[in-house]
Amino acid sequence: MIRFEPRSNPGPIFVYGVPVFAAIIAILLAAIPLALAGAPILKAYGLMITGAFGSIFSTSEMLTRATPLILTGLAAAIAFRAKLWNIGAEGQLYMGAMAAVVVGSGVIDGPSWVMIPAVMIAGAIAGALMLIGPTLLKTRLGVDEVVTTLLLNFIVLLFVQMMLEGPLKDPMSMGWPQSEPIIDSAILPPLLERMRVHLGLIIALVSAAALAVFVKRTVWGFEIRAVGENAAAAKFSGISVTKTMILVAALSGGLAGLAGVSEVAGTRGYLATDLSPGYGYAGIVVAMLARLSPVGVIISALFVASVFVGADSMSRAIGVSSYLADLIVAMSLLCVLIGGFLTRFKVRFDRKKTAG
Amino acid sequence: MSSAAHSSHETSPDLLLELAGITKKFGPLIANDAIDLKVHKGEIVALLGENGAGKTTLMNILFGHYVADEGQVTVANRDGGISALEPGAPQAALDAGIGMVHQHFTLAENLSGLDNIVLGTEPIFRLKRDRTKARAKLDQLMSGSGLNVDLDQPVHKLTVGEKQRVEILKALYRDARLLVLDEPTAVLTPQEADSLFATLRQLAATGLSVIIIAHKLAEVLAVSHRIAVLRGGKKVGEMQTSDADHRSIAEMMVGREVPASRRTERAPGAPVLHLSGVTIDRGDDRRSLHGVSLTAHEGEILGIAGVSGNGQAALAQLIAGLSKPDHGSVEIFGDVITRFDAHTFAQNGIARIPEDRHHDGMVGSMTVAENIAIEDVRSKEYQKFGFLDFAAIRKRAEHAIKDYDVRCPGPDAQARLLSGGNIQKLILARVLEKSPKLILANQPSRGLDVGAQSEVHRRLLEARENGAAVILISEDLDELLTISDQICVIHAGHVSSAIATAAIDRSELGLMMAGQSKIDAQHAATIPTADQGETR
Repeated sequence: MIRFEPRSNPGPIFVYGVPVFAAIIAILLAAIPLALAGAPILKAYGLMITGAFGSIFSTSEMLTRATPLILTGLAAAIAFRAKLWNIGAEGQLYMGAMAAVVVGSGVIDGPSWVMIPAVMIAGAIAGALMLIGPTLLKTRLGVDEVVTTLLLNFIVLLFVQMMLEGPLKDPMSMGWPQSEPIIDSAILPPLLERMRVHLGLIIALVSAAALAVFVKRTVWGFEIRAVGENAAAAKFSGISVTKTMILVAALSGGLAGLAGVSEVAGTRGYLATDLSPGYGYAGIVVAMLARLSPVGVIISALFVASVFVGADSMSRAIGVSSYLADLIVAMSLLCVLIGGFLTRFKVRFDRKKTAG
Repeated sequence: MSSAAHSSHETSPDLLLELAGITKKFGPLIANDAIDLKVHKGEIVALLGENGAGKTTLMNILFGHYVADEGQVTVANRDGGISALEPGAPQAALDAGIGMVHQHFTLAENLSGLDNIVLGTEPIFRLKRDRTKARAKLDQLMSGSGLNVDLDQPVHKLTVGEKQRVEILKALYRDARLLVLDEPTAVLTPQEADSLFATLRQLAATGLSVIIIAHKLAEVLAVSHRIAVLRGGKKVGEMQTSDADHRSIAEMMVGREVPASRRTERAPGAPVLHLSGVTIDRGDDRRSLHGVSLTAHEGEILGIAGVSGNGQAALAQLIAGLSKPDHGSVEIFGDVITRFDAHTFAQNGIARIPEDRHHDGMVGSMTVAENIAIEDVRSKEYQKFGFLDFAAIRKRAEHAIKDYDVRCPGPDAQARLLSGGNIQKLILARVLEKSPKLILANQPSRGLDVGAQSEVHRRLLEARENGAAVILISEDLDELLTISDQICVIHAGHVSSAIATAAIDRSELGLMMAGQSKIDAQHAATIPTADQGETR
């Protein structure tokens, strides 16, 4: 019989080592599907590494991919810290992107130092509002936010589609359902000449650092931690659970909205319904890999982005499916979850059989 | 003091159960250290000990939930021989006739008592249920033991005492020869407890053996034949109950002298909290208050006696600022309160000690220092421009740890690592440090060991000396009678007028708690006079 006994106090080796170990195991496990696909395994690993880090261009691509993942990862991390299960980052991302397009495609114009903050604020507010609604339903009526936020993703995507076929449609797009382009002064400038990596990366890194300080050092961060860890005790001590939840919703939705702004004003330049290949959902994985630590989110977003970009380029080179990247990311999440379990519990194998 | 372990019947033929040299380690913690315990036929053995003394571990080993590292359990067979009980096998314990009545009942509320009792003893696939045999057997058991229950009522309609009877019948129906009761009186009124003890005595007379796990000394002295005391995983003493006295057992349990809580006389001052005609209707008497009026004065401990689930929670929530009355008014220092909000209450000198200290009293994954400061992080002392002043928070924690003797690795240790007694000290440090004017203490010593209990009482009495009004909600009559100046009884959401502790008749109090004596709720608490705070 296998039994699980709780560990009293897992040391730092467990806390920091488990996610790293899980990522390594997941990458090693990727050899199995590679072998089944008949690919040369060592060559495939080599191609994955060069695909993500082989040149300035590939690293820039990897960082471009990591940018929205850091932001959606932070969105999930702060929400999950407060046990607000926001599965709606994808929808919040699209609402943020749409708000950026509404503000940043020519309605108002000004210098970059006005327009860039303007699109960012618009996107963050739109994303925040998207999550505050479900949060109010949760705190007032007890409606499960997992259901509402998840379903809102589809509603938002259809709404964006409707807007792109209607009022937001670019008359110059030759019939494609896409928005007018973001004007130049609202574009997040690239960080390197002729590379795609853009200002959004800096915004994401600053957001992570700011969030880390916010959670750890401020009164509001204290209240978020208290509500997340034990809402009953927080309430008893006089912390308003509702207000804290709404603050968390604003932060989480706002960060997801910023991811949308970063994609539309940094990477793409216009809004279309294929703006995000699931960054909102991948953010959940990023946050879990990071164990909800804001700084950890940076590292895990870089890992997930490397796997995606590396596996993409590898699959093109040797002709295996690029779904392999999804597989590795999914496996590392499973490994981290198992690792997290093993951090909390010791496994004991008893030889004795039990009757009954 | 007759403390030395002496067992009167060393190798008597009527030995039923023997635990020999039981040792169980959890990592560095030795939960049970070479414990020996014998139980004879028809004997009631009380297993006494503070929390963490190893009582539960020992019983879990007996039931096969844990496997002992060393030692063995032997049981007398029904045919007279003796055989070892297979370790780690709950079914073996059941087959050997060991029955357990848990503190928290394991009954299906929607089924009848009869259903609950036969559940698991009849085959699942059978077209017709024939329960005439079961009923006949139960009738016989009931008449022989005085455990009378209406077996056809669904369990949720039964009183707590009746549910407990169903649990005991369930064990007897399975031909239990040894009954283990875990803290059986925790949920009973004094009368119900007395009737349980009478039943246990009667059952023992017919040959049933009983192990009763307890920490209330008076009860143990009343019911048991023999007492075994555990402390820190070791058996530190065993004696015939007839040779035992209250004080010596208490000291044996704690391992040092226990200071007795003593109330000095003190004239109460001005009213601090006054409820008049407060009604909170939650549609169910357990969670409602009906026209409650009471007054707590400066320098007075007002006890609220009652059986669990009679509206104490509603009263506590109200005074803690977590709910507001539907009707009636709440006055604090003569001001009618309109804003019911935990933060405002805490900041205005109301100390609140929650009933469930693990659930409502602390955030386990936060540090001891953060848990001590949790009510005050928004105040200027502990933050600047929204940023926490960790130095100030830490400094307060260091003082609190020292002043209140909170045993922990330090201010930065996670609060969940603390024991129940130390969590309570942490909460006391949090709320009493601010010299509150009104203290709500809801079950402040429940589940604590004798030492920690006396510490809680000392702190409450100290606050009373300093002029605080204390509202003490408790199910423990001994506690109430020891430290309260006045006592009200709460039953089904009604609160009686206050009675001076010195003038209280214990059995009348018991009747009121059971709702059999009229609770006079029309009058507000009587104004106490100086002569009422007599020391017991």
